Amino acid sequence: MPQDEHREGIKGMANPSRYGIERVAYWLMRLSGLGLLAYFVAHIYETSNILRGQVGWDEFLELTQTTEGHIFLGIVIAMCVFHTVNGIRVMLGHGGVGIGKPARPDYPYEPASQNYRHKIGIYSAILLAAIAMMYGLAVMFGE
Amino acid sequence: MAQISSIANEQTSTPLSSSKSITLRISRFNPEHDGSSRFMEFSVPVEKWTTVLEAILEVKKHFDHSVAVRYSCRQATCGSCGMIINGKPRLACFTKISELNSDVITVEPMNNFPIIRDLAVKFEKLFDTHQKIKPYLIRDDTELVSDEKEFLQSPEEVEQYIQFANCIKCGLCNSACPTMATDSSFIGPQALAQAYRYVADSRDKGKDSRLKIIDDSHGIWRCHFAGSCSQVCPKGVDPAMGIQLLRGYLLGFRS
Amino acid sequence: MKESTIMKIHYGTALAAVALVAVHILMRLMGGFAESLEYENVLANYKFVPYAAMLELILILLSVHGFNGLRVILLELKQGRIYEKSVSYGCLAAMIGLIAYGSRTIIMINMGLV
Repeated sequence: MPQDEHREGIKGMANPSRYGIERVAYWLMRLSGLGLLAYFVAHIYETSNILRGQVGWDEFLELTQTTEGHIFLGIVIAMCVFHTVNGIRVMLGHGGVGIGKPARPDYPYEPASQNYRHKIGIYSAILLAAIAMMYGLAVMFGE
Repeated sequence: MAQISSIANEQTSTPLSSSKSITLRISRFNPEHDGSSRFMEFSVPVEKWTTVLEAILEVKKHFDHSVAVRYSCRQATCGSCGMIINGKPRLACFTKISELNSDVITVEPMNNFPIIRDLAVKFEKLFDTHQKIKPYLIRDDTELVSDEKEFLQSPEEVEQYIQFANCIKCGLCNSACPTMATDSSFIGPQALAQAYRYVADSRDKGKDSRLKIIDDSHGIWRCHFAGSCSQVCPKGVDPAMGIQLLRGYLLGFRS
Repeated sequence: MKESTIMKIHYGTALAAVALVAVHILMRLMGGFAESLEYENVLANYKFVPYAAMLELILILLSVHGFNGLRVILLELKQGRIYEKSVSYGCLAAMIGLIAYGSRTIIMINMGLV
């Protein structure tokens, strides 16, 4: 990227601190998407070990059935739930649902699209992700 | 000469004898000979009504006249004085120092725009993308030729776009947008909101041609509804809403 | 392909995948998580044709959605004709590769080759 364009770059794109919870959701959505894609590729590889027979399967399963493996899977569950719930919120927004209606703006110009419905959607996504992660960890460590 | 001097004196409303002063940190950068930007600090007297633009003009008048800043109307109408003030894109003339709740005010040029010098940035790309979406009414007939016709609109039809017609092309939305931070080909929230402004206008017949322009790999689909554009808009345009409503046409939710 | 068509596919694959992945996870939780991962149980899952078909569908849906998402992120990070073409074709190749690799597992087990 040419220096004279004065773009913020990845640091600016990834900085979630300046523009409220919507920008945090944007950043988490991106991060969870990349994380889930990496997990998905690893999962396809992991399950292909079944072609090596019982020994191969059990060997690979042993690698994942550890404390670190369970914590990693817990994070994957959280990413999956957040990406799903927030994804549905964003899709509804893209379809024009819950973003308000055009109207003559009045000072102090609170943007109608950044309303409480979408904020509740984001907080719900975070909360549900945390609950799902805790449930997942309870299931995995409970056995 | 005396007349010019008196006009210059009128240009700032802040008396130097003010009881309170703040530190104004101004980013200095001249692309012709500087490798990187640096900050210069000035102690500026302020009143509770002093705007950031007035503080910068105070610096120009009393400390360093070489500070480059663009401004004109001083009332959030011309869209000239957009800059990063304490980390967020704002209009300098529309931001009172007292509302920032800080004794240190840092001003930098807007992100995602090439710097001319110090706080002044180039707007060519913004105007190019604005022009690209055909910001005018498109129709085969015209009311200028026929004296029998007027393009009448109901108040409800006006409501559909009037909010988006408030855009002053200040560029704050493009400066805050996370996609603009890395994507130099992205059309940007300003142009997309203006595309909606004309598509939603009942007098306009250019919907299809505009939708074709924005349905591109660096068009409307690169907006991810982060909403930063709407949060910084000083005129209540809410570009994020316009973009989502515009997307509805491409997804088949609107016709 | 038009960008709007690609994005409609992106949304469609997401919604379909949500429903099917939910079934996939529920199957892991029914009858105990650890038991469901035992070799015989996993093998039985793969050999049950409707479940194998669902796994194949999830594989396709998530590969399409995931690699298109990656394409979008990469296109936004850097621009240029050659780079953008490389990203688009690279993601398409990775998507096909992953589907082929995952399908191989499903088909081989389902045909009784394990």
